[in-house]
Amino acid sequence: MTANTWTIAAARDALRKGEITATDLTMSCLTAIDAADALGAFVHKTPEIALEQARAADARIKAGDAPALCGIPLGIKDLFCTKGVPSQAASNILRGFRPEYESTVTTKLFDAGAVMLGKLNMDEFAMGSSNETSCYGNAVNPWKVDGRTLTPGGSSGGSAAAVAADLCLAATGTDTGGSIRQPAAFTGIVGIKPTYGRVSRWGIVAFASSLDQAGPMTKTVRDAAIFLQAMSGHDPKDSTSADLPVPDFEAALTGDIRGKKIGLPREYRMDGMPAEIEKLWSDGAAMLKDAGAEIVDISLPHTKYALPAYYVIAPAEASSNLARYDGVRYGHRATLAAGDGITEMYEKTRAEGFGKEVQRRVMIGTYVLSAGFYDAYYNRARKVRALIKRDFEQAFAAGVDAILTPATPSAAFGLGEMSSADPIEMYLNDVFTVTVNLAGLPGVAVPVGLDKQGLPLGLQLIGRPWEEGDLLNHAYVLERAAGFVAKPQKWW
Amino acid sequence: MSIDIDTARRVAKLARIRVQEADLPALAGELSGILTFMEQLNEVDVDGVEPMTSVTPMRLKRRKDEVTDGNIQSQVLKNAPDAREGFFAVPKVVE
Repeated sequence: MTANTWTIAAARDALRKGEITATDLTMSCLTAIDAADALGAFVHKTPEIALEQARAADARIKAGDAPALCGIPLGIKDLFCTKGVPSQAASNILRGFRPEYESTVTTKLFDAGAVMLGKLNMDEFAMGSSNETSCYGNAVNPWKVDGRTLTPGGSSGGSAAAVAADLCLAATGTDTGGSIRQPAAFTGIVGIKPTYGRVSRWGIVAFASSLDQAGPMTKTVRDAAIFLQAMSGHDPKDSTSADLPVPDFEAALTGDIRGKKIGLPREYRMDGMPAEIEKLWSDGAAMLKDAGAEIVDISLPHTKYALPAYYVIAPAEASSNLARYDGVRYGHRATLAAGDGITEMYEKTRAEGFGKEVQRRVMIGTYVLSAGFYDAYYNRARKVRALIKRDFEQAFAAGVDAILTPATPSAAFGLGEMSSADPIEMYLNDVFTVTVNLAGLPGVAVPVGLDKQGLPLGLQLIGRPWEEGDLLNHAYVLERAAGFVAKPQKWW
Repeated sequence: MSIDIDTARRVAKLARIRVQEADLPALAGELSGILTFMEQLNEVDVDGVEPMTSVTPMRLKRRKDEVTDGNIQSQVLKNAPDAREGFFAVPKVVE
């Protein structure tokens, strides 16, 4: 197997033992990337930066100064600002934007010696569940079972496709309503959204600031632990990042969950849930039970209202955050007609620069924040959000250690299949994940099985705030019990 | 709640996004659909519930109010579509 197929843990050990150089490991990924343009995963390739970082990593490893991520080739979602490298959130309104600064997350990764292979496709401004709203065109799922090309999910679709197709060892993602966990589930990889505040948001293009959180997308739970460790920690530049010690997440992977209490929320048993998802869920519960955990039924009574609350709060925050794209300071400015003033400049620039879904959400957000509707929509949604959070707090207070749910309502669907659907139908993809963002909790998607077509399906585990280590340990047990080793057949 | 064409036009104006007159009916329809979906929230009893203002119960860190960088005019202007003589340039705002 070529080195691009390795896990972070395996590569780390091989690098430290001198069995491979970071340069060779990086070359192996760059070769795989160049042969995978059909996946639309990497939208800005940075081989020069990668090789320079790899050489520096080799020197560090030789000197015996090698943090876990030293020499590990990663893909970076286009939402992260990377100095001098296009960072446009998959939007035409940021065409040509090359930040003069580096996001905190990528700074931390580079300080740890990681290698950036390039920027990854995504839904525009992270708004979407299929990677079909990207200005770069679709990212494509490496999993293929018939003539159709499938979505890798969204918004971190390029990250998911790149990791599943072994173009990189792991990738960064971001998650506002499920954008790490849904694509991870659609592509048979692991993705964790940490507790809100665990990872700095500084330098990540903002979508909905009270919901956004970055996290790793990896081939294994152990890799997620290693990667999350390197991303986490307090950042004075993000006042919402928590000034709490970052525990050793990898050391938390003991494989022992005896006596732990796992909740199955009855409200997640949706009407019309496919039998396969239902079976996957009960199989997963059985695996945790076999490992010595106690399975209990729990109730999260406000679950049903999470999606409508989310689709008030997220667009409201987006309409404020995206007000900065005005054609003045960066990115696109429309060509103006004679006599056009500053208002025409704003309106034309934003009409040309934003895609349809982004426009729709900005306008919904504008509406729910406008005079006369603020209380009826926005404040009511924030009250419902408080109740959703309270549901989880009560479950944890009753002794539940982790909550097990499906990650998605279905396996990956075909690109274009939802194009004529109502926007709400696409929003339903987030039904199992969005509660976690509203409550600020950590959630992880773990691949557990294949559906009858042969496509991956994942389960989600939700943990207590700041207990990512314990959560990952549950995920580790589930991963080992499920023994998911399937890989997509190479067709690209 | 149904959004009429006038409301759609007003929302587009507030959002500073130009929408062609011919596209307003479709936009009004889409926005109405999404708002109808949100109306489920009216079923919830929220009496006495405080709107959530902070995701995690912690006091935000304060920092000293002091200058920590500066003299980076060229970096600030680097990505501007139109920068002249050290300023962002925009169409005439004041007559």
